[in-house]
Amino acid sequence: MDRIPILKMGRILLVTIQVDMHDRMATMLQDDLTQRIVATRARGVLIDISSLEVVDSFIGRMIGNIAAMSSVLDAQTVVVGMRPAVAITLVELGLELPGVRTALNVESGMTIISSSLQSEESDADVGNE
Amino acid sequence: MLTLEMSEVFPIHSDSDIVAVRQVVRKRAVELGFRLVDQTKIVTGASELARNTLNYGGGGSCKLEILSNGARQAIRLTFEDHGPGIADIDQAMKDGFTTGGGLGLGLSGTKRLVNEFEIYSKPGEGTKVVITKWK
Repeated sequence: MDRIPILKMGRILLVTIQVDMHDRMATMLQDDLTQRIVATRARGVLIDISSLEVVDSFIGRMIGNIAAMSSVLDAQTVVVGMRPAVAITLVELGLELPGVRTALNVESGMTIISSSLQSEESDADVGNE
Repeated sequence: MLTLEMSEVFPIHSDSDIVAVRQVVRKRAVELGFRLVDQTKIVTGASELARNTLNYGGGGSCKLEILSNGARQAIRLTFEDHGPGIADIDQAMKDGFTTGGGLGLGLSGTKRLVNEFEIYSKPGEGTKVVITKWK
C-alpha cells in the first residue's frame, strides 16, 4: 500500500504530497501524522502541497482535520505551496480552512513555526525568573 | 447547433476510479486548451461528483463528452448511479447539508465551479448529475 512519507526535521514533521492521492491514502496520512506527532513529540507540521493540482473538499477536510488534531496535540500546522488555481477553486467551492496557517513555500513555513516556538520558549524563560 | 465530438464512459467503483476520473478529465481539459484555472475547476468538480457517486450512490459511472457549438467547445460530464437517490434535492443543494459526514460542499460547491449544472434523482432509483464547462 502506498503511503505518503513523513520526514522529521528537529521538532518539525515535513510532509510533501507528490501524488494524486486516493481517499484512503489521505485518511491514512491523517492517522500516520497524528501518531508521529505523539511519537516524536513534534511541535510543528509542515504540509507541502505545491505538487497538488487539485484540492477537493475531501483533501481540504483532511488538511483541516490534521490542523485540528495537531493543535490538540500541541503542534501547529502550516500548509505551504498552494497553487493559485487551487486557491481560486477552493474559495469558489466554498471550502474555508479555519485554523490552518498557510505560507508560500517550505522555507517561510519553517520560519513561521520556528519563530513561534522561539517566542514560546522566551515566554517560558520570563515565567521562570 | 450543438454537436457531439467525442464520448467515453468510465466506471466508478473504488477510490482509484475517482483518481482515474480526475486524471482523464484533466487530460481532456488540457487537450481542449482550457486555461489552468478552468482545468482545475472542472477536475475538482469531477472529483466531488465521482466521490458522491461512489459513497452515496454505491458506485456508477462517469460519461465524458466533448461538445461543440461551432465557436466553442465544452466538456460535459454525466455522473450516474442506481443508488438510493435523493429525497429532497433542494436540501441536498444547500451548502453544508450532508447525510454522510462530509462537508456538504460536493453538490453546491461543484455548481459554482461549472457553467451548467443539472441534477435528476428519484428515491429508490438513483441519481444523475450533469455538469458542463465551456472553454
